[in-house]
Amino acid sequence: MATTAPESRPRRPPTRGLLGGASVPDAAFRAVALAFGALVLALIAAMVAVMVQGSVHAIQRFGLGFLSGTLWSPNDRIFGALPFIYGTVVSSLLALLIATPIGLGVAIFLVEMAPHHVSNAISVLVELLAAIPSVLLGLWGIFVMVPFLQRTVEPALQAVFPGVPLFEGAPYGVGLLAAGLILAIMIVPTIVAISRDVMATVPVAQREAMLALGATPWETTRRAVLPYATSGILGAVVLGLGRALGETMAVTMVIGNRPVISPSLLEPSYTMASVLANEFTDATYDLYVSALIEIGLVLFGITILMNVAARLLVRRTARVSGRGER
Amino acid sequence: MSRTSLLTAGAVSVALLASACGGSAVPPSAASASGSAAPGGTVQLTGAGSTFDFPLFSKVFKDYQTKTGVQVNYQSVGSGSGVTQLTKRTVDFGASDFPLNDEQTKAAEAAGGPVVHVPITMGAVSVGYDLPIDGLTLDGPTLAGIYLGTITKWNDPRVAALNPGVTMPSTPIAVVHRSDGSGTTFIFTSYLSAVSPEWKSKVGASGTVNWPVGIGAKGSEGVSGQVTNTPGSIGYFELAYAKQNNIKSVTMKNAAGKLVEPSVKGASDAGAGAAANMPADLKAVFVNAPGDTSYPIAGFSWIIVFKHQKDKVKGQELIDLLKYVVTTGQQSAEPLYYAPLPKAVQDLDLKAISTITVGQ
Repeated sequence: MATTAPESRPRRPPTRGLLGGASVPDAAFRAVALAFGALVLALIAAMVAVMVQGSVHAIQRFGLGFLSGTLWSPNDRIFGALPFIYGTVVSSLLALLIATPIGLGVAIFLVEMAPHHVSNAISVLVELLAAIPSVLLGLWGIFVMVPFLQRTVEPALQAVFPGVPLFEGAPYGVGLLAAGLILAIMIVPTIVAISRDVMATVPVAQREAMLALGATPWETTRRAVLPYATSGILGAVVLGLGRALGETMAVTMVIGNRPVISPSLLEPSYTMASVLANEFTDATYDLYVSALIEIGLVLFGITILMNVAARLLVRRTARVSGRGER
Repeated sequence: MSRTSLLTAGAVSVALLASACGGSAVPPSAASASGSAAPGGTVQLTGAGSTFDFPLFSKVFKDYQTKTGVQVNYQSVGSGSGVTQLTKRTVDFGASDFPLNDEQTKAAEAAGGPVVHVPITMGAVSVGYDLPIDGLTLDGPTLAGIYLGTITKWNDPRVAALNPGVTMPSTPIAVVHRSDGSGTTFIFTSYLSAVSPEWKSKVGASGTVNWPVGIGAKGSEGVSGQVTNTPGSIGYFELAYAKQNNIKSVTMKNAAGKLVEPSVKGASDAGAGAAANMPADLKAVFVNAPGDTSYPIAGFSWIIVFKHQKDKVKGQELIDLLKYVVTTGQQSAEPLYYAPLPKAVQDLDLKAISTITVGQ
């Protein structure tokens, strides 16, 4: 958002404002914009400062062992965050794995194939999906999705893949798989909406050129549209990932809230946001509160790390696809 | 918008954020807790704590306001949080489903002197299950075995022995427990500790424990929802949830060897036994209570206040409120599935309330 220097108006000489040179509205605009920009930084700095200050007790006590510890036992004053880190990362990645192809498919359909009125109607429905409160999705998860997973999907998975560690254990319905599915439902609208807008900006001439060369619609989409939109689509996925990492309520309701690390997707797990929601109000002593705040700090760190990684990926892909197509 | 107001807004939001993250947030009502009377001359009292007490308090405090004009604001934020807020002196009373431990007592005494525990109501914890069998019976050690993970199938011989004449299915037992800290969990784990030495040494009794097996669900509504939807499941929640959602409850074998279904009366009978040998500080945990009709998984909930109230007007109002809640207020208990306090406990409460002093 680069602002250009104010142009002097032809008939009237520029008003000599208090700030010298620039007009008063411009100066005010600059100040307000600067203040808003600074506010974001100040908020983040304040968050980090407060979280570090709040978790000093736990950091001093456990050091790096907090990140690698697998036991979370408030009664014994032992706190290890690894099961929560594992649950957060795995459930979010699982959600991305499910939501990205679906979201991309919907977006391609909306932009490239659907008639105008169908496309509009579906777009509205998808955006409506994004507006459902997560607690409602969680309740739907408990009462509809989890029983369906338990009775139908999970036994079927175990029958098709007998002995595969990914699908072992008693089918409870709740667990990593349920959490991944709920999160996927929540982030599909984000991925659809942004990918659709990005693909819609691809010039029509580019598609027509491809078609004129005798390409099929699939070839046109793959060669002329997707490469052009890659960085935007990855941006959509990053936004979805951000939502998945921080989502609390719906996940808490279906993940089973058990701090264990298991290779099976059917086993209960636990996320960082969920443990905060569950235990913060009843944390009865300082070290406990401190450990929970450190969980918040770790979640913050992981979110930043994954965002940076995704941005690097976007930059790399943009460069590669740019080079490949020209 | 001027720059100054913008900066002010920024500063306020940073400050709000800071206090919210620090876990030491002062509730908006704190202002009313420190002043003695709200504008207009009416006295306001503020409390925070147990979610279990909330439905009862809503009814009783509303009746009290109609009768006396005294407004009581209660924040249903969880027992642990209620104790913390009392210790930070942001509320006039805390409500908790478990008595203060030594560490909490020390912290509270440092902040405002000794505290008084006033048992305020009693509740039964019902063990719900989802099996195509009516009237499932369990005893303490078997229930502990299920929650320890040593009994994993419904047709385990130890379960079958307690249910003669019933063909138990071979379904795996899906154990459900609370994932958030809870007074219900405190009562449940206190019971398991009382009946199983193995539970006592491995897990213990607390509002949050390190569960050996099972899945965690948030809130009693989460546990009851999970139990209704999972074939072969077992879970625990307050009696009201079992009644309102028509969930089958386990019939427990009590300390006298009799079979008892969870009920308001069963909890009252258990509490009456506890009144007979109540400790002086009223911090009685009466799980596995003696008596033929006592339901074994039941407990008190307490209002906790400082023994010395510095604010004369407010202190007196608080004393009057407590007297009302432990006597007249008890009439509201039963329709809401709480067990009313037995007369003996009411008398002990009034005696404890009379030790509260007011003034400088």
